[in-house]
Amino acid sequence: MTFEYAPAPESRAIVDIKAKYGHFIDGKFVPGKKHFATINPATEEVLSQISLGGVSDVDKAVAAAQKAYTKTWSKLSGKERGKYLYRIARILQERAREFAVLETLDNGKPIRETRDIDIPLVAAHFFYHAGWADKLDYAGLGKSPQPHGVAGQIVPWNFPLLMLAWKVAPALATGNTVVLKPAETTSLTALLFAEVCQQAELPDGVVNIVTGDGSTGAAIVNHPGIHKIAFTGSTDVGKKIARAIAGTNKKATLELGGKGANIVFDDAPLDETVEGIVNGIFFNQGHVCCAGSRLILQEGIADELIEKLKVRMAKIRVGDPLDKNTDLGAINSQEQLSKINELASAGEAEGAERWSPACNLSAKGFWFAPTIFTGVTQAHRIAREEIFGPVLSILTFRTPQEAIEKANNTPFGLSAGVWSEKGSRILWATQQLRAGVVWANTFNKFDPASPFGGYKESGWGREGGKHGLAAYLKEGK
Amino acid sequence: MTFYGIVDGSESSLKHFLAQLPGVDQVGADARAAMLATRSIKTSSKRWAIDTAISMVDLTTLEGADTAGKVRALCSKAVRPDPTDSTVPSVGAICVYNDMVSIARMHLDAIGGKHVPVAAVSTAFPSGRASMEVKIQDTQDAIDAGAAEIDMVIDRGAFLSGQYGLVFDEIVKIREVCGDRAHLKVIFETGELVTYDNVRKASYLAMLAGADFIKTSTGKVAPAATPPVVLVMLEAVRDFYQMTQRRIGVKPAGGIRNTKDAIKQLVLVNETAGPEWLTPEYFRIGASALLNDLLMQRMKMDDGYYASPNYVTID
Repeated sequence: MTFEYAPAPESRAIVDIKAKYGHFIDGKFVPGKKHFATINPATEEVLSQISLGGVSDVDKAVAAAQKAYTKTWSKLSGKERGKYLYRIARILQERAREFAVLETLDNGKPIRETRDIDIPLVAAHFFYHAGWADKLDYAGLGKSPQPHGVAGQIVPWNFPLLMLAWKVAPALATGNTVVLKPAETTSLTALLFAEVCQQAELPDGVVNIVTGDGSTGAAIVNHPGIHKIAFTGSTDVGKKIARAIAGTNKKATLELGGKGANIVFDDAPLDETVEGIVNGIFFNQGHVCCAGSRLILQEGIADELIEKLKVRMAKIRVGDPLDKNTDLGAINSQEQLSKINELASAGEAEGAERWSPACNLSAKGFWFAPTIFTGVTQAHRIAREEIFGPVLSILTFRTPQEAIEKANNTPFGLSAGVWSEKGSRILWATQQLRAGVVWANTFNKFDPASPFGGYKESGWGREGGKHGLAAYLKEGK
Repeated sequence: MTFYGIVDGSESSLKHFLAQLPGVDQVGADARAAMLATRSIKTSSKRWAIDTAISMVDLTTLEGADTAGKVRALCSKAVRPDPTDSTVPSVGAICVYNDMVSIARMHLDAIGGKHVPVAAVSTAFPSGRASMEVKIQDTQDAIDAGAAEIDMVIDRGAFLSGQYGLVFDEIVKIREVCGDRAHLKVIFETGELVTYDNVRKASYLAMLAGADFIKTSTGKVAPAATPPVVLVMLEAVRDFYQMTQRRIGVKPAGGIRNTKDAIKQLVLVNETAGPEWLTPEYFRIGASALLNDLLMQRMKMDDGYYASPNYVTID
């Protein structure tokens, strides 16, 4: 007899999804003209119809944000802005289960992650930035730093509400108002957040949410009433945004792709390293810009570690994202699944060895088994391109210098990890790595106090911490 | 002489072997144990887990105030944990002090509990502070009185001062006394070893010296069987099986008081060592109060409501 875990689904009764949603402009929901469906990627069930925002919707949202900026939000003291942020944070905590279930339904990520990671971090970001609101004059950012005005914010589908929080919380704390566009496939939690803004009695127009696709995002980027762009997404789109705003007065922070190197030295704590590797690449189905998608192993321990990793991967529970025991949920969209399949096939074609544990994947929905490739070299596409899925490329090294060279030999530079029990080696390696965040003996740990962002083609600027605040402020008079 | 072809039992060979074991990162081990504690075990799997946990309990009384009467009562409970329900399995073993072994054995035999083994704590339990002669005699006595399992303590003083050879030799000697007559469980008192690195080292030391089981604690020192400590020990038995093809059991003891805690332990076993360890042959839980909570939860699953504590027997 084996220990089978009976299904333990979280109830979806707590969420109330409307048949159709409009945009959230000037404190009110306004109907859109055209709509598109948003689905549950685990079942392909249509959850709701989302409005496709056009130039005129963006115009209205920017106008509302400008009015709110000049009339109310910029007139409030930091202390008063902070009160609203605290209130939002508390409401988010109170409604945490609702947000967790909704995020899981719309995104496909496991309820264990939305419940234990996404939503608690969302609340933490609002609490953290609420505390900054009345201390900006003393943050070392110059005398009386000033907000830019209206921030245009475009967030991705991998952490829909968390990325919203990363952007909205610092913008509001620093006195900016917001026009935000959630990702096309994951608008629902942003629209529920709009309800939270109403519940918190946030002044009308301070937060505006326009749903839609890439064209809606472009309308925000190109709008002359936007003073600052904050974007998280692919490097390709990031480059387009950079071109679009060249020669304008618009400020921008871009948080783009990555191909994080996870370096394991032969004196690493092996069992915890295996956990860190799993968390580095299989957390959130690998839909993580800072994922540890390149595992770089010291040759002497490579075989032993790969064996341990395979044993551990066989325990990963893939399935219903609403089941509390699920570790790996659904891929967010057919489009993303096709991209993962394409790159995985390229890995095989280029001669890397593919391995996955036995998995029963549902025929409905979008699924991809946790996968590793061994025998990968720097020249393989799967070692260079961001897969953004549960696929790990494994390379080896002989000397610490070689490990660093391989880790840095990428156009990206978002994250890296170092595993060793030797402190001096960790300090040396972290100094050499060209990445915005370097984790030592852990991976994918996030905290609102810690600045996050990329080197090279992984982005511009930082989000979180004091550095993140600076991006929303300009020098005072 | 060699042990599994891995060490020759000398101080230097043990030091060398233990030094090359990978370290345990405390933060990572804590995080893994905490994540596994979120597993939600419901309905049929909960029912299975409760019965499995009951069959793994080493029902324990280790008090200065123990009497023959108290031990006999415990034996009755061990054989038929719920007198009103014959589908409840017997527990894994009775665990008592040396001088109570014959009383327990005789009573178990008399009430149809021949299948329930008696475990004796040994080697100057709980401190282990006695001469080797006394420890050997302590063990020999218990086996002669009918103990089928010996729960010995290691010399923590020797371990913490780096005298691994001394710790190893003691286990080897007690192993010899046990021979084929008794299973040997080796208690580390992980609350005194403090670090997970020490727990891993002690695990290998005991396994190499011939332990059948490795056990966290005496129950007299806190913290005892915390989930990360048990996780580290389960990793050790899993890896030792890979090295030697010999399966060593694990026994957390101390601090596991309710059904939730017990099920968390089973999840740890399932997802760390693997389902092969999910039998009383390879996993035991040293406890006293736990059994009644398991019975209460079992009744609740059958009846749909919580019964008064008076519906389970106090001992």
